[in-house]
Amino acid sequence: MASYLVKRVLMALLALLIITCVTFIIMNLVPGGPFMSEKAPSPEVLAALEAKYGLNKPIGEQLINYLKDVLRGDFGVSFRMQKNRPVIEIIQDLFPVSARVGLFAVINAVLIGIPIGCLAAYNRGKVLDSALRVVMTIGISIPSFVVATLLLILLSVNLKILPGMGLTDWRNYIMPCFALSFYPMCYIGRMTRSSMLDAINADYIRTARAKGLSSGRIIFKHALRNSLIPVVTYIGPMIAYLLTGGFVVETVFSIPGLGRYFIQSILNRDYPIIMGTTVFLAAFVIMMNLVVDILYKVIDPRINLSNGGEA
Amino acid sequence: MKKKNIMTLHPDVDTILKMNEPYIPRPEDYERADEHEKEGFITKAKSVSYWADAWRRLKKNKVAMIALCVIIFLVLFAFVGPAFTGYSYSMQMRGEENWPPVWEKPQESVLRKAETDGVTFDPWKHVLGTDNLGRDNLTRLMYGTRISLCIGIAATLIVVVIGSIVGSIAGYAGGAVDVIIMRVTEIIYSIPDVLIILLLSTAIKANLTEYINSHTGWWPEFLNTMGGNLVGIFITFGLIYWVSMSRIIRGQVLMLKQQEYVTAARALGASSSRIIRRHLLPNCIGQLVVTACLQIPSAIFLESFLSFLGMGVSAPLTSLGSMASDGLSGIYTYPYRLIVPAIVLSVLILSFNLFGDGLRDALDPRLKK
Repeated sequence: MASYLVKRVLMALLALLIITCVTFIIMNLVPGGPFMSEKAPSPEVLAALEAKYGLNKPIGEQLINYLKDVLRGDFGVSFRMQKNRPVIEIIQDLFPVSARVGLFAVINAVLIGIPIGCLAAYNRGKVLDSALRVVMTIGISIPSFVVATLLLILLSVNLKILPGMGLTDWRNYIMPCFALSFYPMCYIGRMTRSSMLDAINADYIRTARAKGLSSGRIIFKHALRNSLIPVVTYIGPMIAYLLTGGFVVETVFSIPGLGRYFIQSILNRDYPIIMGTTVFLAAFVIMMNLVVDILYKVIDPRINLSNGGEA
Repeated sequence: MKKKNIMTLHPDVDTILKMNEPYIPRPEDYERADEHEKEGFITKAKSVSYWADAWRRLKKNKVAMIALCVIIFLVLFAFVGPAFTGYSYSMQMRGEENWPPVWEKPQESVLRKAETDGVTFDPWKHVLGTDNLGRDNLTRLMYGTRISLCIGIAATLIVVVIGSIVGSIAGYAGGAVDVIIMRVTEIIYSIPDVLIILLLSTAIKANLTEYINSHTGWWPEFLNTMGGNLVGIFITFGLIYWVSMSRIIRGQVLMLKQQEYVTAARALGASSSRIIRRHLLPNCIGQLVVTACLQIPSAIFLESFLSFLGMGVSAPLTSLGSMASDGLSGIYTYPYRLIVPAIVLSVLILSFNLFGDGLRDALDPRLKK
């Protein structure tokens, strides 16, 4: 267990390092720099600015300097969007906004997705099952911007029952949360259904039936617990993605969150913000993956972690 | 257990991977044969090829057949349709700006504008209306569908090529090569792909445009006719999404390379590359086709996502995603400009997904649930 943990943590750190380097290199491949704007600064000013932020050094040296700074906990300051404000502070500001919307979306996706999947598996082959499957397949086929914009048109433009923009009161959260959670909800539903069907064919279910247990008890007590393992693997990284905000949903509903800010920072070539956001999100996702791997052991003691985690 | 990312656009390959597992009989396999099946026992059945057999099963799947019809219709709509409308996607007609679709009444300002420019208003001239530059929306929708389809198919081809080469090498070589390749795919799997894709597509697009503008010759010319940003999306997609394809091919090759005919080929002196090309890859074709079919909607999905955020296809070219993105700015006055491309896009992705599912069931019926 301990050696497995060490190995996994090292792998995670390696992945994070690679992502940081790759992002840094790709970012510098984009032509144009952070100081280009409509009124271009004079060459002297530009040179002075580049010298100040260390942009005149070769890219390899810049990367090493950046990594050193990050290890010291310094993610640099914004070049352009909020001039000279530390990136960490900006993330601390924006993350809670995204996280609030994301948290409700996670709750929504899990609390609706799993029961829907169970319901479909329980009624396998009946009308309800077919209907739920159609809805779930549609759900994973519609891009989130379609869901978001259709909701906006229907509820905000036509019916005028929900406000379309900003995040001032609780009613603002309804549409973004739903739009954000629709896809994962349907995905979880589909997964729960298929792993539940696998579980229902297993021997211990037949034993439970032979003991004379009720169908409901079999489904929710015996089958559900065993079919949750693949679902948990999805939920882990999903939490990271939803909490850091959907790029699309935040754009559509004009939510001042991390996802929208990331897009703007790419368009503005604000290097430290691009790097900071990427590293933050990547670390979050990788950490959630790690947590899920360890959770396996807790949920299913049969999984042997020393074999590289392959069940 | 493999890690899975719910928010990524990697296709779900786990069910396809299951094709490799041995078949475990289910209770219904022991049921009595029905009349139809009994007939099959008595008559000596004609030998049916792999594809004919799959096609026979596919024909029985109503949902998949409907999806196939929708796909064919949309392909015709996208490639043949513009010939009937008589406009091009970039043609701007003066005096015909902001015409409404047939089901809406034109505004006063539109009629006045048409009159001053000497055009008579005819609702059937532009069935879906025109945009603010006087371009026919229906024609643009057709071109948008065409671009989205092209991106889906081209990106998938790249993924198939890279994925099958890397996957078969990893599976066939085994040992250190396999370990290294699998570690790399694991790392690619664990990165937040959407983030990298956003950055990568911006970088590639900008560099390609610069390259096209600063060089002459047939190659930049060719790239220019293809559209610099389209090529950028293909490359981005190919660089990230070959991993799921390679996982599938690797799994299949690992199993196939134990077979006698591979040993026989090797004994006859066939080289490794020949064995992979002539013996192993042709036997992976089922999984290859199914994965490719599920990869197409995921590529279309990704393109629309990029275009919607303003980082994909750029003007005057259009795709379904960028049309929806344009529609978002006028959502309060012209909601149909957003709804129509959004619906076409969803139907396109949905039918590819349903057809892919049907194809998977047809090629390997025991996976059906």
